[in-house]
Amino acid sequence: MNALTVKGLRKSYGAAQVVSGVDLAVAPGECFGLLGPNGAGKTTTLKLCLGLIEPDAGEIELLGEPVPRRAREARARVGVVPQFDNLDPDFTVAENLRVFGRYFGMRRREVEARVPGLLEFAGLAGRGEAKISTLSGGMKRRLTLARALVNDPQLIFMDEPTTGLDPQARHLIWERLRRLTQEGKTLVLTTHFMEEAERLCQRLAIMDHGRIIAQGSPRALVAQHIEPQVVEVHGNGYEAWMERARTLAPRVERAGDTVFVYAGDIDPVLKALAGEKELAYLHRQASLEDVFLKLTGRDLRD
Amino acid sequence: MRWMAVWRRNMLVWRKLLAASVLTNLADPLIMLFGLGYGLGALMPSIEGMSYIMFFAAGQLCTATMFTASFESMFSGFSRMHGQKTWDAILYAPLVIDDVVAGEIMWAASKAWLTGSTILGVVLVFGLAESPLLALLALPAAFLVGLAFSAVGLIMTVLARGWDFFSFYMTLVMTPMMMISGVFFPAERLPAPMLAVAQALPLYHGVELVRPLIAGRLPEASALHLAVLLGYAAAGYFLAIRFARKRFAE
Repeated sequence: MNALTVKGLRKSYGAAQVVSGVDLAVAPGECFGLLGPNGAGKTTTLKLCLGLIEPDAGEIELLGEPVPRRAREARARVGVVPQFDNLDPDFTVAENLRVFGRYFGMRRREVEARVPGLLEFAGLAGRGEAKISTLSGGMKRRLTLARALVNDPQLIFMDEPTTGLDPQARHLIWERLRRLTQEGKTLVLTTHFMEEAERLCQRLAIMDHGRIIAQGSPRALVAQHIEPQVVEVHGNGYEAWMERARTLAPRVERAGDTVFVYAGDIDPVLKALAGEKELAYLHRQASLEDVFLKLTGRDLRD
Repeated sequence: MRWMAVWRRNMLVWRKLLAASVLTNLADPLIMLFGLGYGLGALMPSIEGMSYIMFFAAGQLCTATMFTASFESMFSGFSRMHGQKTWDAILYAPLVIDDVVAGEIMWAASKAWLTGSTILGVVLVFGLAESPLLALLALPAAFLVGLAFSAVGLIMTVLARGWDFFSFYMTLVMTPMMMISGVFFPAERLPAPMLAVAQALPLYHGVELVRPLIAGRLPEASALHLAVLLGYAAAGYFLAIRFARKRFAE
């Protein structure tokens, strides 16, 4: 049985269809990533899966419970890390965990027994009595993650878990998330960091305009959707060179003053570039980011 | 009883900030009670057969309860709902918005009741009640006043888009209500239409319940007064839930 199954999910706000026919299946113990530009409908999809808002159409089954009908029962075994921290500023670090446990109907002793382990997990051992306002962004994020684990959930939803964190803080979160998957927990996360998706997720769905436009493992998505080699070119005369590149490679794209050349066999392109003194270039393997940009376009999203 | 977790959360925060909270909720009404009660009272012979301070005590008990309930459900409630997003976090747990609304209303009513009952305690200590035993019946009445204003206040909270919204309710509803509900002077002195307005509002009925109890007799038409207060509490509860569901469905 799947940890999460979504079929034909739809949700509109007024005339705007935010989720328009989403199908998803997440296996138990899997780390599943929902990728998409801002406004793609990722957060709305998560909220629908949690039963926080009602779908217009479609079916959701979360940990065997139909949602939204039995969302409450499902949420008892689920953890949530929201996009924006909403730790309780009136409480200390440890109190945040204790009070949150009580929302799940846990007994005082039950919660108390879990607090030291959760503080350790958050890297906040010894900081239990600290005020929330004294924590750094990374600490707050880790505490929010620890808070989501207070009820020992089977599945954890995370909405952009590392947005706004510095690289050190981000790597620590990634390490913790891997620890959770090793413990057998199912993770569903939204992100627009390709690196994050590539490192953590076994499977990904790329979402745009309320639809899933591609699904698969990070490797399979790259193999399936994009030529394996890329050369990025910029410098004087890049526009003229772009025309030439079109005769050498199957796909040539431009973003600002940079030309992206995609090909299976990139040698002709590299040879042609060797004679160009005015152009600077970078040759690399195609990545998930290239797939993402190919599928969702290079236009700015607000 | 899932709302108890929400009630408990607010109680724990209140306990941390106890000193400031008690001071603001009690000092103001007590200063008013003694300042106006003795100061203004000295100029007046007696009112409805009692000293002015005794008359005013009932009004002040109900008004202070009303203000505590309203401030807690509106300003503190809005801060939790809108600023801190505490409600959002609670909804990740197996609680629904109805539980949050119920918990918030019960909490604001409890805090208001504490204000009302402390004022009653002061009234008793200063010998301002004819029969201390009867006066104790004002305790459940104060809770009902708190419940009615907490529920109505929470409607404002779940409808509010910003802090300014509450000023309208405070200035246009609460302040005039305080003036016409028999807090400072007998409401029966008002022109008939104004009295009718007062009688349609909850504060008047709270005062009508508490004043006789402090004066040492049972209130007349207590069933009506109780019904109006309960009616406001129930209507407020259902409307607050309805508007909250709508707000959180977005």
